[in-house]
Amino acid sequence: MMSQSTELTPLAASPDRMLGFRTFWHYFSVNRGAVIGLFVFILLVLAAVLAPVLAPYAPDVQDKTAFLRPPAWQAGGSAQYLLGTDAVGRDMLSRLLYGARFSLLIGAVVVTLSLFGGITLGLLAGYFRGWVDVAIMRVMDLILAFPSLLLALVLVTILGPGLFNAMLAISLVLQPHFARLVRAAVMAEKSREYVVAAKVAGAGHLRLMLRTILPNCLAPLIVQGTLSFSNAILEAAALGFLGLGAQPPTPEWGTMLASAREFILRAWWVVTFPGLAILITVLAINLVGDGLRDALDPKLRRS
Amino acid sequence: MLRYLLNKIALVIPTLIGITICAFAFVRLLPGDPILAMAGEHGVAPARYEQLKEQFGYNLPIWQQYARYVGEVATGDFGVSISSKRPVMEEFKTLFPATMELSFFAMIFAMVLGIPAGIVAAVKRGSWFDQSLMGTALVGYSMPIFWWGLLLIIFFSGYLGWTPVSGRIGLQFFFKPITGFMTIDTLIYGKWDAFRSALSHLVLPAIVLGTIPLAVIARQTRSAMLEVLGEDYVRTARAKGLSSARVIGVHALRNALIPVVTTIGLQVGTLLAGAILTETIFAWPGIGKWMVDSIFKRDYVVVQSGLLLIALIVMAVNLIVDVLYAVINPRIRAA
Repeated sequence: MMSQSTELTPLAASPDRMLGFRTFWHYFSVNRGAVIGLFVFILLVLAAVLAPVLAPYAPDVQDKTAFLRPPAWQAGGSAQYLLGTDAVGRDMLSRLLYGARFSLLIGAVVVTLSLFGGITLGLLAGYFRGWVDVAIMRVMDLILAFPSLLLALVLVTILGPGLFNAMLAISLVLQPHFARLVRAAVMAEKSREYVVAAKVAGAGHLRLMLRTILPNCLAPLIVQGTLSFSNAILEAAALGFLGLGAQPPTPEWGTMLASAREFILRAWWVVTFPGLAILITVLAINLVGDGLRDALDPKLRRS
Repeated sequence: MLRYLLNKIALVIPTLIGITICAFAFVRLLPGDPILAMAGEHGVAPARYEQLKEQFGYNLPIWQQYARYVGEVATGDFGVSISSKRPVMEEFKTLFPATMELSFFAMIFAMVLGIPAGIVAAVKRGSWFDQSLMGTALVGYSMPIFWWGLLLIIFFSGYLGWTPVSGRIGLQFFFKPITGFMTIDTLIYGKWDAFRSALSHLVLPAIVLGTIPLAVIARQTRSAMLEVLGEDYVRTARAKGLSSARVIGVHALRNALIPVVTTIGLQVGTLLAGAILTETIFAWPGIGKWMVDSIFKRDYVVVQSGLLLIALIVMAVNLIVDVLYAVINPRIRAA
């Protein structure tokens, strides 16, 4: 503990813009799992961005001479298809690489949507209190009363199956967590001196909410955002698996698993790889989330 | 205590109303005409259409329709399934025990492994056991359970041939359900081979459904134990010279279990959401599979009632957990 404080003293003395980041990185990098998670996540982003370059084939090209070809290292496999082919002769590796695009897109879109909704509702509820608060929070409680996958399933039934509708449904289901967090943080910050000072100085409601209070509620939001990112990927894959998310031939990992199901006892690779991809992605993001929580939340910081 | 109870119940009422509004709104939010939607793919003749409209009260003002719906639900009338033509409540009653049995065994699996693992991890904090357990728990927590189920089928059913791939019991066994729990019914009838068959069908789905609760319980037990082990009364117990097993097993564990019990109760939502996937993979005839099948059959009467019933179950269990929490933890009652 001593060494940490002596290390930090010179940093604290210099009014550096990088200071916040360096303090953050100091705490974040202590957590080895988080650093590994971040590394894997960066690799996944690269795989997604560079999919057209890295993938040996287009994700929907079928080779009619190579149905259910096993991976290269197994008898019957060849270096032509490193991870084998699926039931209609498409290269597994190429589809998995393209699939990374969908999962990351799903995570990003869902987190953006639910952050936006959650911040708006949470700010309104926490700032104005009274009936606005009651009305908003009762609706949030209601959403949380349903098991998330069930609600997403029903919403997709109403909206119609598809990747975009699945993302909308999942955002709606995850958004109350953000609203609750923002509301709690706003209520805690509202009576602090700096807010009162800003109010006395003549700041309007909007400025108080967005410029004064919100930046001080960011830490828990970032942590929740990371966890929701991985949750969104899991739920979207589950919807895809049930046939209500992305539709074939989209190389979304959950959808790939759904079409692989009938071959599970004949071709282990068509089932194993897409799920492994989901697990690795979700695990990496959760590791980063744990690290972020340690680094950003002083209360939970390991002492 | 009574005030606490009444307060909790009062808080539940808006949620209860909200749930019925959601279920009521569901059928009306479906794209297109609700009656055509409920009639399914075959459609209806114009005369029958008018008759149905009258029967379901679609020509009434919306608030009267809602009042009517609540009245029906309150008297246990959940409508008739479009695909099976059986009352929804009757179907629910036959399918729900299957989900209960599966969830029960999943929870047993999660608790029997999760609580001791969490205790050992906390006591040996920082050890290799602690680190690998927390790592494993994070993997379990990140697990896409539908894939996990398929992997277990590949290994245990396909490769080793130990367990059946799907269903609840071998097809050669048939008997009238008493409790609806296969494992209990087979024992009541005294059929050992049927019991073994039921159990072997149950193992994999229970493990799959119990995986995420297991990870959550292990993590929660560990952190609750860590907190309690630092308390004064634990130090006092140690100072009195009590054996380490007694301090951990009695003084610390009893207090640490309070948040764990709450966590376990709050897993009901996770279990029912997980049941949707687990039952689909293992063709387990419970309410999760029922919901998914009904969505694909466009049997919206079932989807509507299933949504309502599942939400009501989750709400009721959460209420019970809240009350139990107050019973085992006197500190909360005062607040």
